[in-house]
Amino acid sequence: MLSRTADNLYWLARYVERAEYLARILDATQRLAAVPTAHGPSTNEWETAVSTAGCSSGFFAAYEEANEQTVTDFLAFSPDNPSSIRSCFEVARANARGVRTALTMEMWDAINGTWLELQKFGSGPASREQLSQFLRWVQESSLRFDGSAYRTMLRNDAYWFSRLGVFIERADNTARILDVKYHLLLPPQEHVGGPLDYFQWAAILRSVSALTSYHWVYRESLKPWLVADLLMLNEQMPRSLASCYVHLVEHLDNIARIYGRQGPAQRHARQVSTRLQNSRMDEVFRDGLHEFINEFIDDNNRLGMQITEQYLV
Amino acid sequence: MTVAFDEMNGTDGVTRPAYHELAAWLGEVPPDVLQQRRREAELLFRRIGITFAVYGESDSTERLIPFDVIPRVLAANEWDTVKRGLEQRTKAINLYIKDVYTKREVLRAGVVPEDLVFQNPVFRPEMNGQRVPHDIYVFIAGIDIVRVDADTFYVLEDNARTPSGVSYMLENREIMLRLFPDLFARHRVAPVENYPDELLATLRSVAPVTAAAEPTVVLLTPGIYNSAYYEHSFLADKLGIELVEGRDLIVKGEIVYMRTTTGLKRVDVIYRRIDDDFLDPLSFRPDSALGVPGIMSAYMAGNVTLANAVGTGVADDKAVYSYMPEIVKFYLGEEPILKNVPTWRCRESEHLSYVLDNLADLVVKEVHGSGGYGMLIGPKADKATLEAFREKLKRDPRGFIAQPTLALSTVPTLVEEGLAPRHVDLRPFVLTGRDRIRIVPGGLTRVALKAGSLVVNSSQGGGTKDTWVLDG
Repeated sequence: MLSRTADNLYWLARYVERAEYLARILDATQRLAAVPTAHGPSTNEWETAVSTAGCSSGFFAAYEEANEQTVTDFLAFSPDNPSSIRSCFEVARANARGVRTALTMEMWDAINGTWLELQKFGSGPASREQLSQFLRWVQESSLRFDGSAYRTMLRNDAYWFSRLGVFIERADNTARILDVKYHLLLPPQEHVGGPLDYFQWAAILRSVSALTSYHWVYRESLKPWLVADLLMLNEQMPRSLASCYVHLVEHLDNIARIYGRQGPAQRHARQVSTRLQNSRMDEVFRDGLHEFINEFIDDNNRLGMQITEQYLV
Repeated sequence: MTVAFDEMNGTDGVTRPAYHELAAWLGEVPPDVLQQRRREAELLFRRIGITFAVYGESDSTERLIPFDVIPRVLAANEWDTVKRGLEQRTKAINLYIKDVYTKREVLRAGVVPEDLVFQNPVFRPEMNGQRVPHDIYVFIAGIDIVRVDADTFYVLEDNARTPSGVSYMLENREIMLRLFPDLFARHRVAPVENYPDELLATLRSVAPVTAAAEPTVVLLTPGIYNSAYYEHSFLADKLGIELVEGRDLIVKGEIVYMRTTTGLKRVDVIYRRIDDDFLDPLSFRPDSALGVPGIMSAYMAGNVTLANAVGTGVADDKAVYSYMPEIVKFYLGEEPILKNVPTWRCRESEHLSYVLDNLADLVVKEVHGSGGYGMLIGPKADKATLEAFREKLKRDPRGFIAQPTLALSTVPTLVEEGLAPRHVDLRPFVLTGRDRIRIVPGGLTRVALKAGSLVVNSSQGGGTKDTWVLDG
């Protein structure tokens, strides 16, 4: 297939995944900010949301203060923020137009329908209820796109490149939450973030839609180190780093099989995956949680670049 | 102006035979059902993403072309005449272009004035003496036809460069089949959905002789911002070929390749929807970012087929148009089956003085204009506009031709108030391959939606209709 087509499919999937992630962050932040101050965090949760989304510098270039209004506007609706939900859907649809022929009718319908619907939300919601509706709609749109890709695409390179986009983006998103909130996840004797907070942990889990999963997996009340284990090393958890890498390895191997050649991307993905599989949470804490996460983010970026060099240009 | 010929009701109000079933059906269907169907059709179009871009409108980069749900019907014998005329005309066009770039007999015989060719900006000196694969220049032509009475069809324009609109022909039929299965059951409508197969067969038949047994065909688009992008992606999809942009192609050793996830792959036939000017920044416009550097060298070396060929504009220019009947006779020794609209060439002084004397009754067109821009419709123009145009004409008579205002035929069309006659034209698509000429029955009918308007161009508020050729 054309390199540009593969590139478009890859980024299309990344942008849709990113839009969903932003919606989850906003949703979790809104809940967290609603917790009465006595129980709630002392930090500015809206500012944290911006750094979790990875766009602090862009935000503070445009606004003085991070609050509900400004952050919602910037992360969800701003046309000036290239990573706002609006921008993600706009770019995703432009990419989809560029590869119409590589998409199934259902996928086109999902992304084009989302884009048409987006126009109705205008420059932002009038109330918190409307914002909630909007955020739910974003997540549903992403599910619809993802589901139609899963159910209707031929299992060939087009499908695998699109999946690579999903999992690279997803791994990056989960790692960013961990990066910003790592201090809340340390074992009790080491915490650096003041009194540990049940609501914080719940919010982290909610932002990766893992609150229910947590209880099924551990059958315990929320413990920060178990939250870290779930998001990083647990392969059952669809948004964990380990799970993302199981899929990345699998899809890269599929591509290598039909193209008849392994390359740097396959080797690197396998290394990262093996490291995650062989790690244990107590060792990670001992060697430094923050360092581990930072290394992972670098590794994941490197894989993105290798995929690009190997196939997409 | 005389009363326009209505394709359903003639000029005497008596339903013509091809329309009997449709007229009966229209009598049975409640008007609100038609309006309802029209809304459904619009929803379908928007959902599928059939939009076109209008240059110069920043607020609405994507717009729907209005679709009219009442089909236009042609009887089998009417179509047969049109079809034979199209084949004849396309053959002559191909012979003419070959001649212009090789022996120039038509010029030496004085059939077409030399300056019309050599001083024409669409004439490509690069093509002089250049052989193209299988001597075919125009593989895909969209020839615009209008009708003025029961028997007379005129060719209005020969589009021999990158004619568009065929996706609407196909989608219009698709949507009509979904919305009006009943109506199809009551007619025998010749199918059009084999067009993509015919196009692919045509393109594959003209691969360079050096190409592999299974030639690689691609469609080259300027990209998603082009007004016809939807059509490009639609066709690539239906043909099962890659939709490439200039940046996807690279020329090495006079061979064209596309960049794929498994490396470079050779390309043999390029159905290009990019104008000559933008094709190759090394040969034509150096500022073009849409084209492929070096593609002309591969073309000259005979290693790739460009469809249509470079330089075909010399055949569809409005000034050359008026010589087309002579061109047909010159190459084929036959009378043209399809007539030209009577045309005054302002370059000839007698014609010019006639045009200046009768400006208010004529349509004056720029020789190099398209899309309905830059033309004067005499009967609709006010005095000041007429005077301004008169000056333009005197300054540059060679830049214009004039034609009588034709009473274009009308077809019933659904408007706010119900059914009303609206003027139409027809663009059938003629495919020329190495083996034969292929034409699917029908084409794109464009309709001027404003009462009395003769301008059918989509960029100026025209709409489209499904075109039915009855089978026997």
